[in-house]
Amino acid sequence: MSSSQKARQSPVDDLARWLDDRLRLAEGGRKYLHKAFPAHWSFLLGEIALFSLIVLFATGVFLALFYVPDHRLVVYDGPYVPLQGQEISAAYESTLRLSFEVRAGLLMRQIHHWAALVFVAAIVVHMLRVFFTGAFRRPRELNWVIGLALLLLAIVAGFTGYSLPDDLLSGTGLRIGYSVLLSVPFVGPLLGFIGLGGEYPGTDTLGRLYLMHVLIIPAGLVGLVTAHLVILMRQKHTQKPGGRARQHNVVGEPLFPNQVMTSLSLFAFTVAVLALLGGLFEINPLWLYGPYEPFEVFAPMQPDWYMGWLEGLMRLWPAWEWTMFGVTIPAIFLPGVVVPGVLFGLAFAWPWIDRRWIARDEREHHLLVRPRDNPLRTGIGVAGITFVALITLAGSNDVIASDLGMGLQTLTWWLRVLTVVLPPLAGWVAYRIAASLGTGGAEDADPASPGGDDEGDAAAPESLETGSDSPAGEGAARS
Amino acid sequence: MGSSEAPASRRAEEWRRQRERQDRAARIAAICFVVAIVAALALFVVYVTGGQTQLEGVLLAVAFGAVGAGLAVWVRRIIGPREVVEERYPMRSPQETRDEFEAAYHDALGEATTTGRRRFLLRLLGGAGASLGLALLVPFRSLGPTPQDEMFTTTWREGVRLADTEGREIQAADISPDEVITVFPADAIDDPSAQAILVGTREGQLEPDALPGATVEGMVCYSKICTHAGCPVGLYRAAAGELLCPCHQSTFDVHRAAAVVSGPAGRGLPQLPIGTDDEGYLIALGDFSEPVGPSFWNLTHDAPGT
Repeated sequence: MSSSQKARQSPVDDLARWLDDRLRLAEGGRKYLHKAFPAHWSFLLGEIALFSLIVLFATGVFLALFYVPDHRLVVYDGPYVPLQGQEISAAYESTLRLSFEVRAGLLMRQIHHWAALVFVAAIVVHMLRVFFTGAFRRPRELNWVIGLALLLLAIVAGFTGYSLPDDLLSGTGLRIGYSVLLSVPFVGPLLGFIGLGGEYPGTDTLGRLYLMHVLIIPAGLVGLVTAHLVILMRQKHTQKPGGRARQHNVVGEPLFPNQVMTSLSLFAFTVAVLALLGGLFEINPLWLYGPYEPFEVFAPMQPDWYMGWLEGLMRLWPAWEWTMFGVTIPAIFLPGVVVPGVLFGLAFAWPWIDRRWIARDEREHHLLVRPRDNPLRTGIGVAGITFVALITLAGSNDVIASDLGMGLQTLTWWLRVLTVVLPPLAGWVAYRIAASLGTGGAEDADPASPGGDDEGDAAAPESLETGSDSPAGEGAARS
Repeated sequence: MGSSEAPASRRAEEWRRQRERQDRAARIAAICFVVAIVAALALFVVYVTGGQTQLEGVLLAVAFGAVGAGLAVWVRRIIGPREVVEERYPMRSPQETRDEFEAAYHDALGEATTTGRRRFLLRLLGGAGASLGLALLVPFRSLGPTPQDEMFTTTWREGVRLADTEGREIQAADISPDEVITVFPADAIDDPSAQAILVGTREGQLEPDALPGATVEGMVCYSKICTHAGCPVGLYRAAAGELLCPCHQSTFDVHRAAAVVSGPAGRGLPQLPIGTDDEGYLIALGDFSEPVGPSFWNLTHDAPGT
């Protein structure tokens, strides 16, 4: 009694009361203490992405304090001997200064770069989890779309970021990006000129990339992440069937203290791994590449991993360039613009494709399925992963060819054949495996709420409870 | 007596064991946090005394990793797993609530709904929005100039001498067979779109019938910008007479008008016609045989100016 009264007089409690006096927090906040978080490691993948983003913001602000987005030439007189006396851009010079002269500058830069790689990777793995467990199904289509938009933004953030140092590698990547813009029929040259302020390489480019990278894209990321989380709170988590988990409830660890401490622990581990990577594993040693000169190039040259699929598409695509009625369709238009657009378009539309043709199920779902429970979806997913993996590999075809002691053209032909043959094959094998494993009574564990149809009446919670206890298979879903 | 005591002592035993497990876990968590404190202070010292990237990274990792481990032990072993169950409702509002909202919405619109005025005003408002959108697009147009001749022409003109990247003008004797050199117009060194590559070939290797422009004593000059994605075509395989772009591996045959041998490029490299002036220096005889760089929609395959 006396001890609990003592605890209530701690400054934290005083602050809480002070805030509640002014904001009426206890009333609504009470239920959040026991908000249920289904406990499974696969639900933490998105958190890794979120924590990487926090690390990106923290290290990014530090980098921004030293980086100068300026093309103007200066003579380098810093400590890196091979470049001393050379005329380089102020942007490149500021990046070198950050790397060699600013205390912890190199650590911050390398953590930032590693965090970007981990950020995109965590998003992709999180997305695969959501895909294969059917977590994108109604009512979570919106968060699927927002998640994909976040992936797109993350890729653009990465590209604008590694284009900033104005070293030879970044300048060449930018050159390719400009050429892709240029390839769009009718508006390409105008788009390119508006994007870069004139012909490449322009003098406005770095300033614009910098603004995109530190203001416009982060604003989009913050807005979309916020929407993603608000919708997540509103719709509550999905969960695996089993135990006490039902369609009409959420079973898990309470937000406080368990989930808060688990998340804090995961945050600390994420930072630890990124710090270790940034401290020990050199990434983008831009002093070795030298300053960007439009007529210079080195080989082999690879972009960051998340750009590899685009690079691979451009390397694999046959040399098809047509002129019809005086209009040329440049060779890079299809692999650089159309195919990536179609791929992302399909991904954005997936929840609707799935409900129409794959699961044939328009009901609301809060219980997850296993990949084996929907062999067709699993097969398509595996085929997609195989395709993207192959074109990503093709983005390093020169390195692979020399590692294998194989002719580059031979390898490229093999990769072309494989990207056509292997995805359907892998998808078919995955489909067969999933189908042979069987659902094992998973239909019973995957009931949907009745009344999920657009035309149907909204179900009251009572009727939802009854519905969840009666088994409803995929076949019974069409009404 | 003995039968009622046994469960009680077993409970006591279990309780004692649990306490012991928690105490052990608390000790581990304490050690973790102490490690974090030590690592963080060490990081501070390293930083103050001048810094060392690898050490900073490791200490930062140890500090954060130890905090993470301590928290994990705390929540897993001391607090232990807990399970709560929350009720969930369908996302769709109950039908009555929807109906009420719709009724209230239409009610709030008031008399405007009952007359044709609302539709009329809405149309005008839509028109105002669209017009404003159009007007507000104009500032974006200021971000760049309209593409003009620069897409089709370069600074090469008839009579301009070829010079290397340092600005040194070039004589025919400066280039030996199998040698390549990056050249610019002598009056526009480093002009990105004028960059060209001068290739020395052995006697009889060039196929003059295939070439659209003039060459000098087995020397031929092509644009150095790849027609695929614009990278510099920077690698030369003298044995095969092939120029290779390291970005996407388009390969061009220097003996046959730099036609595409393999790779994703859609057209060959434009040729720069060259000759010599009275003093023996290499000069351009005009601009490239067609527009340089990656293809674009209104590309023409004629020499600029024709």
